[in-house]
This record gives sequence, structure tokens and C-alpha cells, in this order.
Amino acid sequence: MPREIAQLVLNGLMAGTILAVPAIGFTAIYAVLRFPNFAIASHLTIGAFAGWLANVSLGLPAALAVGVAFAAAGVAGVVSDELILKPLRPAGALTTAIAAVALTLVLENVIRFVFGNDLRGYALPIRRDWQVAGLRIAPQQVQNFGMAVVAMAAVFLFLAFTRTGKAMRAVADNPTLASVKGIDTDRVARLTTFVAMGLAGVGGMLVGLDTSIDPLTGFRVILSVFAAAVVGGLGSIPGAVVGALTIGIGEELSLLVLAPAYRTVVGFAAILFVLTLRPRGILGERAY
Amino acid sequence: MDNYLVAMAVFAGLYALLALGLNVVWGMTGMINLGLVGFFGLGAYVSALLCRQAGAPIVVGIAAAALAAAGAGAAVALATARLRGDYLAIITLGFSEVVRLVASNELWLTNGTDGISGIPGPWRGRVAPQTFNVIYLAIVVLAVLAVLALCERIRHSPYGRVLRAIRDDDQVAAVAGKRVIAFKVEAFAVSAAILGLAGALWGHYTSFIAPDVFTPLVTIYVVLALTAGGTGNNVGAVLGAALVIFLMEGTRFATGWLGGLAPVQVAALREALIGAALLVVLRVRPRGLLPEAIVPVQAPR
Repeated sequence: MPREIAQLVLNGLMAGTILAVPAIGFTAIYAVLRFPNFAIASHLTIGAFAGWLANVSLGLPAALAVGVAFAAAGVAGVVSDELILKPLRPAGALTTAIAAVALTLVLENVIRFVFGNDLRGYALPIRRDWQVAGLRIAPQQVQNFGMAVVAMAAVFLFLAFTRTGKAMRAVADNPTLASVKGIDTDRVARLTTFVAMGLAGVGGMLVGLDTSIDPLTGFRVILSVFAAAVVGGLGSIPGAVVGALTIGIGEELSLLVLAPAYRTVVGFAAILFVLTLRPRGILGERAY
Repeated sequence: MDNYLVAMAVFAGLYALLALGLNVVWGMTGMINLGLVGFFGLGAYVSALLCRQAGAPIVVGIAAAALAAAGAGAAVALATARLRGDYLAIITLGFSEVVRLVASNELWLTNGTDGISGIPGPWRGRVAPQTFNVIYLAIVVLAVLAVLALCERIRHSPYGRVLRAIRDDDQVAAVAGKRVIAFKVEAFAVSAAILGLAGALWGHYTSFIAPDVFTPLVTIYVVLALTAGGTGNNVGAVLGAALVIFLMEGTRFATGWLGGLAPVQVAALREALIGAALLVVLRVRPRGLLPEAIVPVQAPR
């Protein structure tokens, strides 16, 4: 039993780290643009398919294809935001959120139109699982974990040390003050959308590497992504990481008492529980 | 063809009920409900199970459906009462997924993804199918008229004024001595009851329900109906629902003319068109075809 629990915690840690990548994207958009951008679901899928094309059609290894996933989802995110969501933002956060749901529906179906509903798998070398101290772990899981950690480290370094990163934090903190200080808030918003949607794309591909992809890949994990961001504190980037690890481990541990189909319910229950005790999430809403 | 038109009119009526239900929370009170399909599904399952498994009369099933949905709505609203609107969007979305998961996995209760068939309908089997269709259309029209009257009554009452005050600025409403949270919970319960009623009527009409009837797509259709009709305007909600059914069925024929597409591509094209339609409406006519009119208040004499 202790070994079983340790295995579940390990799996949860891996899953949570992957979940943290799109959760950072969701929370970053929230911090800067102040609306829940549900379109992140379709950008997970866009990244997963772009990475799949690079991996299977161009024969790139997964570690390089993930860069393609980032770029494709990021560009798609900026274009769709500029054309569709940005003009609607003055109408209010909730109207924009509704538009984001509609945008997700459109983008998801564009992918379905092109690729169909079939499940697709990445071209990965077949390797035997490792056994460490009685725990099973797949080399691919470790590689995915590594890619997720690299992506997150890059985001933190970017926010902490670059001028643009500081500008982003300033806008998240106080947009009016930031623009008085001469920060181009429009440019910051565009850049945030690019990075955030790119991260969503990376997350989509990492999820796909674990299993397979289809047009609903993004939608299936989106509830866990929201849960991660909300539990950690909507708008807080370290919060998204904490939230994602909580949700990832919680979902795996739920297997001890619940049928596997109810994994996503854990995220929902966690949202309700945490928000009842701490209405601003575990780490509050400060961006960084 | 006549039968087809009657069936479409029934579905338009059911969507009108959903749009009216959404209008109570979103249009009048300014609370978002992105999981309205969950309350719709809950109502459908409660009534279907009561009538099919427990042999309850249809009227009892429908009433229980509305009550159960109202209870769930009040619970969701209470749980999120102190949180900002964006959290409500996420929580309601999660609620609808939970309803769908339970419906898909609790085989002993809901028969899982196979769904429940043989749900009784009023006079079904005792009259010709065409007559049943017409009878049901009459029932749905009556239900729409009754709910429309109720919603209009709310809108013109002092109660509706408080809801609009909360929508426009809940702090001002609170300062004026209104119990904002109580009003929000009540509005959510009333809205959910209407959604549950629509769900029950759906099940008794089609005689079959399954989890994949209650996908988030339905929520988008209803949001589109209300936005296109005019958020806050009850008549607009009904008009918008009719438009959405027309658009959905119209695209069925339009895509039929485009040759050389696989069925999955046709389905994808139709769904994308619905999403695009919502985006266009939000952009071009954000207040809808029938914008909400300001209710005249009689000056005190």
C-alpha cells in the first residue's frame, strides 16, 4: 500500500508538472488582461497538432517538435486575440469570456475539419519502463517532465530578469500606473498572449505525448487547468504551479477511492474546497 | 415535412425556455452560467428516472425536475456567492462536466452512455405519432408562454429592479439595503428551475436521453440565442432561440449542397459556423436584435 501511494504521488507529480505549463498560460493572461481566456483549450489542441505534424511528418524528435508547438499555438493565439477577442474586451470580462468559448468552438472544429476525429499518436522510440526503488517510471514521462520544467524555468527567468518581463509584471500589478510610466500596455498584452498560448500549446503536446491526440485533447484537460489556476490563485504564476501540483497529485490519489472516470471531479471539488476557505486561492492573486 | 416542422418548432420552444432561463441570471442579474447544460441535463434525468423507473406521473416528474435543478442552482450560487463573476463562469462549467460524468459513469442509475430510452410522453402510443407531435407542441408553447409571463412579471416588478441594480452595481444595491447574496441565490434557483423544466420536457418529447445530449455545445447555442435575441429582453430570448434553431437546421441543408465532404467535416463546419455566428453577433450587435428596453417607472405623484 505505501508503495502504491508512492507510485500515485510520483505519477501525480509528473502529471501536475505538465498541467502547470498551460495553467501558467491561463493565469498569465488573467493577470494581464483580466479575463478568463477559455480559448486556451483550443490552443492546447493547436499545439498538440502542430507538434504532431513536426514530429510525425517532418520527423523532428519530440524535444524539438515541442518548440514548433509553442510557436504555432503562440502565433494562433496572437492572431485570434487581435482579430476576435481584443475588439470585444471593452464590453467586459464576462462577454469576452463568452467570446473565448465561441472562439474555442471555431478553432477546435477547424482542426476537426482538417484532421478528422481519429486518435493520433506521436512517433516515439519504444523504451522499457525504469524501475527505481520499486517504483515504475517511463523514460518518456521523465523527458516530458524535463521539458515542462525547462519551459517553466524559462518563464520565471524571463519574468524575473528581462526588461519585458518586468514590464509584464508591472502591467499585471497596475495597468494605469504602468502606462503612465511609459510601458506600451498593448505590446505587453500581445506578448503575454503569445507566451501564454505558446505554453498552452506546449502543454497540449506534453499531454499528447503521454497518450494520444484528437480535436478534443485540449477540452478534456481544460477543467484541470482551470482548477490548477484557480486553486493556486487566479493571476498568480507561482500559484498556478502550486495549484497544478495539488491537482495532479490529488487526481492520482483519488484513484484510491474513486473510479478513474471521476478524476476531473477532483479538480472541481478542489476549486470549491479551496475557494470556500481561501477565496483568493492558495497564494492569492499577486502576479509574481 | 409537416412532422419535421412541428418537431423543429418543439425544439425551438425548448431552446426558448433555456434562453429565458439564462436571461434570468445573465440578462437580469448579470451572473454568468456557462454550465446551464448541467441543469438542463439534471432536469432531464430526474424526470426520466422518476417516470421510467419509479412510475411517477409525468407532471410529478417535471415538477421534481424543476425543484431538483433549483436546488442545485441555489447550491452553486451559494458556494460562489462571495466570489467574483469569473469564478462563477469556471464553477458552472465544472458543474456541467460533473453532471455529464455522473450520467456517463453511474450505470446503476443512469445506464451510462447508453442512455435511458422509453421515457413516457403524454398520450404517446395512444394517439398517432403526428397527433402526439402536435399535442406536445401545444404543451411546449404553453410552457413558453407561462415562463415568458413569469419572466416579464419579474422584470417589471420591484424584485426585477433589484436584480438589475445588482447587475449594474451590486455594491450600490447593497448600500441601498438589499440582501445581494439572497437575491443572487434566488435568481439562480429560479433560472435553474426553468432550465430543469426544459430538460424534463426534452426527455419526455424525445423519449431518449444520454450524456452526449448534454454537451457544452448546448450551452453555446443558448448563449448565442440569448445574445442574438437581446440580453435582458425576454421576448428577444424567445426570438433568438427560434433564430438559432433556424440557423442550425439551415446549415444542415446548406452543407448538404456542398458535395465531397466527409460527414465529420460537415459536422465540424456546422459547429464552427455556430461559434462564428456568436462571435459576429457579439461584435456587430452586442445588445442583440431586440435590445433591452428601460422599464418605465411611474413618477410618484
